[in-house]
Amino acid sequence: MKILKIIALIFLVAFITIQFFPIELNQSDTVPKTDFLLVNTVPETIQKKLEVSCYDCHSNNTEYPWYSKIQPAAWFLEDHIKEGKAELNFNEWDDYSDRRKNSKLKSIINQIKDDEMPLESYTYIHGDAIFSADEKEEMIQFMEQLRDSL
Amino acid sequence: MKHLKVTTSVLALAFVGLTAMSCKDGKKEEHSDDAMNTEMSSEEGHHHEEGMEHDEMDESNNTMNSEAQASDVKQVMADYMSLKDALVATDKDAAAKAGKTLESALRGLNISSYTAEQQKELKDIVADATEHAEHIGKSEMDHQREHFKTLSKDMIDMVAITGIDSKMYQMHCPMYDGGSEWLSMEKEVKNPYYGSKMMGCGKVEKEIN
Repeated sequence: MKILKIIALIFLVAFITIQFFPIELNQSDTVPKTDFLLVNTVPETIQKKLEVSCYDCHSNNTEYPWYSKIQPAAWFLEDHIKEGKAELNFNEWDDYSDRRKNSKLKSIINQIKDDEMPLESYTYIHGDAIFSADEKEEMIQFMEQLRDSL
Repeated sequence: MKHLKVTTSVLALAFVGLTAMSCKDGKKEEHSDDAMNTEMSSEEGHHHEEGMEHDEMDESNNTMNSEAQASDVKQVMADYMSLKDALVATDKDAAAKAGKTLESALRGLNISSYTAEQQKELKDIVADATEHAEHIGKSEMDHQREHFKTLSKDMIDMVAITGIDSKMYQMHCPMYDGGSEWLSMEKEVKNPYYGSKMMGCGKVEKEIN
């Protein structure tokens, strides 16, 4: 019993200690001119869906949930956002060359088609981020149109 | 009752602790990745330095430099071909390995001997191709093939600018993803998009050189 107590104490101390390692928050008040929604004519439904389902990890501004203040959840989120932004940042859309826009759109279409995006770990908590069959169809069609117009 | 409480809290803390540790492991991996990248880029750095020495040695004459750059392009092409062969053989690991090699060859590509306009185009091509090579380095087979399609388009456009002295064939598969191209050194059709499933699907679209 004594050993268990000691182990518990160690874990408690460890848990408290890791709370002192803050993360760098992905937050920005301004939307740059290069933003996807600014440079393209995007229907309102699509715009909303992109903001709800994609922008948390694929832009310079994340709406953080309450548990993002608690470690180790915060690290987990930080990693995902970093990775997501490196892959595609909707805020920097117009900085991409046409060739890369084309590649990105192709990836967007494929990932939505295959239900790979949004990530399951994200939709688990953000239920409204999930794509219905109709929304999927609409989004893919829009992205394909945009690709053809490049 | 007290025992139960203690056990539950220990379990809860153990869980939290373990998650924390696994997270840290994840970070570590990322770091070692970074370390590898730096190593690679430092190698490239040497590569560039060599190129610069050439510049200093022979400023009036640019041939040395452009020769070195032609061999850079040759290297990229050679890596692309091993990637293609791995996909023909439906060998995911070999394709991933070839993807990584191609990625570093692309990152080291020196394009300074081309005109400003060509450089701009090449930069776009290389940026895009590098990303595809990177993904091929860490994806499953079907994803590798998806990325290979766009990568092939990049390579075709690159060769159109840089030229290449070896004989190559531009192949076309009408079935994969609404029609897809690839490059090959041999005339015989060996389909990288389907492998043994449909090895002979496709035709020579164009001869290069």
